[in-house]
Amino acid sequence: MNLFNLFLFVGLPYIALVTFLVGTIQRYRSKGFKVSSLSSQFLEGRSLFWGSVPFHFGILVVFCGHLTAFLIPRGVLLWNGDPLRLIILQVTAFSFGLSMLIGLSGLLVRRFTNARVRMVTTRMDLLLELLLFTQTALGLWMAFNYRWGSSWFAADLSPYLWSLLSLSPDISAVSELPLAIQLHIVNAFLIFTLFPFTRLVHLLVAPLHYLMRPYQRVIWNWDRRAIRHPNTPWSPTRPKNT
Amino acid sequence: MVFHLDKCIGCHTCSVACKNIWTDRKGAEYMWWNNVETKPGTGYPQKWEDQDIYQGGWLKDASGNLRLRGAGKAKGLLNIFHNPHLPTVDDYYEPFTYRYLNLIEAPPGDDQPTARPVSLITGEPMDVKMGPNWDDDLSGTPDYARKDPNLEHLSPAEQEAMFQLERMAFFYLPRICNHCLNPACVASCPSGAIYKRGEDGIVLINQKVCRAWRMCVTACPYKKSYYNWHTGKSEKCILCFPRMEAGYAPACMHSCVGRIRYIGVLLYDADRIHAAASADTKDLVNAQLDVIVNPFDEEVIASAKANGVPDSTIKAAQNSPAYKFIKEWGMALPLHPEFRTLPMLWYVPPLLPVMASVRPGDQSQKAKLNDMAKTWTDDWLYDTSTTELWGTVEQARFPLKYLASLFSAGDTHAVADKLKKLMAVRIYRRFKTVGDVTEERMKAALRETGLTQESAEGIFYLTALAKFNDRFVIPPAHREQAMEMLEFTGDVKGNTGFGFRERPERGL
Repeated sequence: MNLFNLFLFVGLPYIALVTFLVGTIQRYRSKGFKVSSLSSQFLEGRSLFWGSVPFHFGILVVFCGHLTAFLIPRGVLLWNGDPLRLIILQVTAFSFGLSMLIGLSGLLVRRFTNARVRMVTTRMDLLLELLLFTQTALGLWMAFNYRWGSSWFAADLSPYLWSLLSLSPDISAVSELPLAIQLHIVNAFLIFTLFPFTRLVHLLVAPLHYLMRPYQRVIWNWDRRAIRHPNTPWSPTRPKNT
Repeated sequence: MVFHLDKCIGCHTCSVACKNIWTDRKGAEYMWWNNVETKPGTGYPQKWEDQDIYQGGWLKDASGNLRLRGAGKAKGLLNIFHNPHLPTVDDYYEPFTYRYLNLIEAPPGDDQPTARPVSLITGEPMDVKMGPNWDDDLSGTPDYARKDPNLEHLSPAEQEAMFQLERMAFFYLPRICNHCLNPACVASCPSGAIYKRGEDGIVLINQKVCRAWRMCVTACPYKKSYYNWHTGKSEKCILCFPRMEAGYAPACMHSCVGRIRYIGVLLYDADRIHAAASADTKDLVNAQLDVIVNPFDEEVIASAKANGVPDSTIKAAQNSPAYKFIKEWGMALPLHPEFRTLPMLWYVPPLLPVMASVRPGDQSQKAKLNDMAKTWTDDWLYDTSTTELWGTVEQARFPLKYLASLFSAGDTHAVADKLKKLMAVRIYRRFKTVGDVTEERMKAALRETGLTQESAEGIFYLTALAKFNDRFVIPPAHREQAMEMLEFTGDVKGNTGFGFRERPERGL
């Protein structure tokens, strides 16, 4: 059992981390064309709304919540010091998790029932959706049964995750956790491992730079003035207009 | 590019040429980068001109700033998980083919084998409800022509008059990407995959940067950016840039049977674009004309040279048929300027279906016709004669308001002006060749439209006689630059081939 735990909570996370980093970089470099999510809204638009929107907003909030608890556990514990604030945090997180679950079920049903959408569905899409569905359901189950998640995540799991990152894994706390939570953790590592082979890569290319750039884009392949100027020295890189 | 609509016969050769070269691929079957619509009609995709549905183009808000109607930074990013204004494949049509093999390979049976239509998306048998050019030549029909969004500017009485069987008319409207000066697709792309090429103004989508956020499909008011559901990328007309760089005309233009298309270089002042796009609706066309500069102007030539524009381009701009039609003679108008993208396809409005008038005739005239003459049994007389100079333009069979809604944001004077010029050239040529028009009438017609005998002769030449090299005046990209415009050879030294080295297939 101890060895098994060692594999699940030490081996797997490192495998996940390495696959995630190497796989994603490799995919971006060699299959840049495919670094996006294959949208099926063009084939079916109406029921997508009821799946995609609750799912995405749900996962955005829930993911950011996990990230916060991981990055600043002390801040979260401080916030949770007041019971009212704790309840507000938990209820918000739970409702967004619920919205995620509802959205995901909608998306799953849509994938299975719509003939056109089935044509652009790969096995990996289905696997990923099932994993995410399990993850969400487990998360909601835990949030309901093992209160208060935000506090014990910050107190027990963040140190564990940091111990992984600092290459001195300490699994004493994790191996004592209830099964549902352990499953949730292992499933998370699985999703991370699969990340570069799924449509999830689109979250790494979220177009936030759109906010910074001016609306119009003109690209000159060459800076013609520089090219035609006799004093411009020959160089292997083109003088470009920026 | 200029389209001379009087010459378009609606043969769709341009569409087919384009289709065969560029969109004969999986996921692109439904795309027609070039399509020809019957007007009045709903077009492709259905009712694309109705921006209450599709939310394309720019809007000028109360403070005079331009903003995208259905996309933009705030709206685009908020709607990124589900774009509420994205047309679906049903707004275009579901692509289909027929199971021809079934005709040969069906097992023996009691019934004749049939070739059933099957969807090109799912492969399942389907009932065809729409197809390419589904409303071709269907002017007057309740499902198509009467749902034309341009008709809302016409009173119900005018609409009825337009669709009386005796007066019914239609013309063709070929459409490709407008390669706008103020493109809404470029502005709406969250990834920054769409750009306008500085060298020739072609608007392109970088397929490797496109991440399928689909905002360009919404933002383009002309619906000329298409989403490929198979590769998950948007695609659009590329103005056949590989051909253009090599000095060949785009396929649609090259194959045009009616020779209605003219392509030439236009020099423009990019600093004036923003002001022109923000002009009042009624001034939009003129503001756009002001952006285009005179290639004979010494100052313009000097500044073009200072900015590295090659002499061949300046020379092409001076010989440009587009410059003549658009600026010099003022014969062309852009399609739906009120979308504020400053579209760079210009249309010479059609005179022929417009000019003939229908008026109540008297029976005595009908008695003079022989049996072979086709007349209606009621009292209408279809009149194509032009005894008056301009009378028929104003009481045209095709309401000017309709054309104005298409080409000049509702300004009927602008349309009447172009039609009168077309008419004046006809009167001038009739004076020259047939001779039953007096010289005074001819001169009066030219004077009133601001044309001279030389310009009328020039218009006649470009309209009726022009050779290919008169209609296509684009210098090839300089040989030493042509390949680098696609890709820098140094980057791929030692590799095999250019461009894609993987098949554009999904599965991840």
